[in-house]
Amino acid sequence: MTVAKDLLYRRSHEWARTEGDTVVVGISHYAQDQLGEVVYVELPDVGTAVNTGDELGTLESVKAVSEFLTPIGGEVIEVNERLEDNPNLVNEDPYGEGWLVKIKGSVEGEKLLDAGAYQEFLEEESG
Amino acid sequence: MSGSDQIEKTPLYDEHVAAGGRMVEFAGFELPVQYTSLTEEHEAVRNRAGLFDVSHMGEIAIRGPGAFAFVQLVSCNDHSKMTVGRAQYTGLMYPEGTFVDDILVHKMADDDYLLVVNAANRHKDFAYLSDLARDHDGVEVVDLSDDYAQIALQGPLAAEILQPLTPQDLSEIKYYRFLTAEVAGAPALLARTGYTGEDGFEVYVDPAAAVDVWRAILAEGRPKGVQPAGLGARDTLRFEAGMCLYGNDIDETTTPLEAGLAWIVKLAKGDFIGRDVLELQKDEGLERLLVGFEMVDRGIARHGYPVMLDEDGEPGGIVTSGTHSPTLGKALGMTYLPIETATVGSEFFVKIRNRMARARVVELPFYSRKKK
Repeated sequence: MTVAKDLLYRRSHEWARTEGDTVVVGISHYAQDQLGEVVYVELPDVGTAVNTGDELGTLESVKAVSEFLTPIGGEVIEVNERLEDNPNLVNEDPYGEGWLVKIKGSVEGEKLLDAGAYQEFLEEESG
Repeated sequence: MSGSDQIEKTPLYDEHVAAGGRMVEFAGFELPVQYTSLTEEHEAVRNRAGLFDVSHMGEIAIRGPGAFAFVQLVSCNDHSKMTVGRAQYTGLMYPEGTFVDDILVHKMADDDYLLVVNAANRHKDFAYLSDLARDHDGVEVVDLSDDYAQIALQGPLAAEILQPLTPQDLSEIKYYRFLTAEVAGAPALLARTGYTGEDGFEVYVDPAAAVDVWRAILAEGRPKGVQPAGLGARDTLRFEAGMCLYGNDIDETTTPLEAGLAWIVKLAKGDFIGRDVLELQKDEGLERLLVGFEMVDRGIARHGYPVMLDEDGEPGGIVTSGTHSPTLGKALGMTYLPIETATVGSEFFVKIRNRMARARVVELPFYSRKKK
């Protein structure tokens, strides 16, 4: 299970990457593995204002429905429209092409885990 | 009654864990929902073959000189034309004409029938049948569930893979027939039945032999792309094939006619439990019917989601089964619709997380294999 080094993580398995005044959000490799092959993605409307921890959308595999939450507060400024036709990008490249939304905001002050702490958290969780 | 509250393990539990199976509780058993990937396992069964541990299924014997009459009494199908070695699908009926369970009846001998029942219904079915049998002479009801492990090999390559493991010529076993034969050295009940919409076999063996048989089939099949398959794939496979799941699509509130199973309702065979209700439904027409549908709007309809008959939110029922079909690549579902709207092409709505998504009735089954 890979944990990308340069990202920050929520305990609910979303990641955040700062790009200027924007934060890109996706789900971790572990999260996509737990969910199985993603067949449907529901993303928020651009312009939606969100607070930390709000539900951003849903990811569905054949078997399960899973909500994903926002690691930061701000305004949704872009969603990954490629996922509508290629939802499996979330499985194939969860830290890259399978990103979910971009939010105008900052990770400043958010309680997020760095890669090392997230890795430890995963190890604790899988017991 | 024992064991109904605690979680049981099948004889193949350790095999599942060793193979990386993701174990979940199902009908009182710990079983793998998947090993590697649900869609991969699903695809293996459609194109090659998959191996399922279905040891959780219940087996109940009806024996004695009164066995035939008793089976005819509790079942809506007609078993009078069955010869020894035949299996038949049917509904175990309440007086209301609704399902106690949906089961497979195997005729072992003129005075011996083996009922294969849903795991979740095993104790309920046994109690129901035992109660009824008290008023009938010459009928013995025996719960044999703990005497059988059941392994299902399903898929187009099933016969080819199983053949080297048994002295029995498998081409002699036609669809819905069974016989006793050795499989991987173990005495087995070998039936050409299944719950996937593919050709395949269900192999009933002594629990002590289950691991050897499981390993032998996998060893034979691995080079041909066979893999173990979990409950997740079992559900999507039966769903695509339009087969009902007890507890979802059929239950104690639905009749076989409403479920589109008129072919298992044989009113002409004489009296049976629930017959008058089914006859009335047949004469006066149904009020509702189980239909298949596909989503027109984006979204996946799932079990329990509310169905609306129009945009104003006129309540229908619920989605009884629904998922993204791995074979057909689209979101499909089943629901009961009022009979006047239960026709192919008619549209309604499914409420998906506070959104009304349009759906359209399509033919069942969604998928049927190409017959050779």
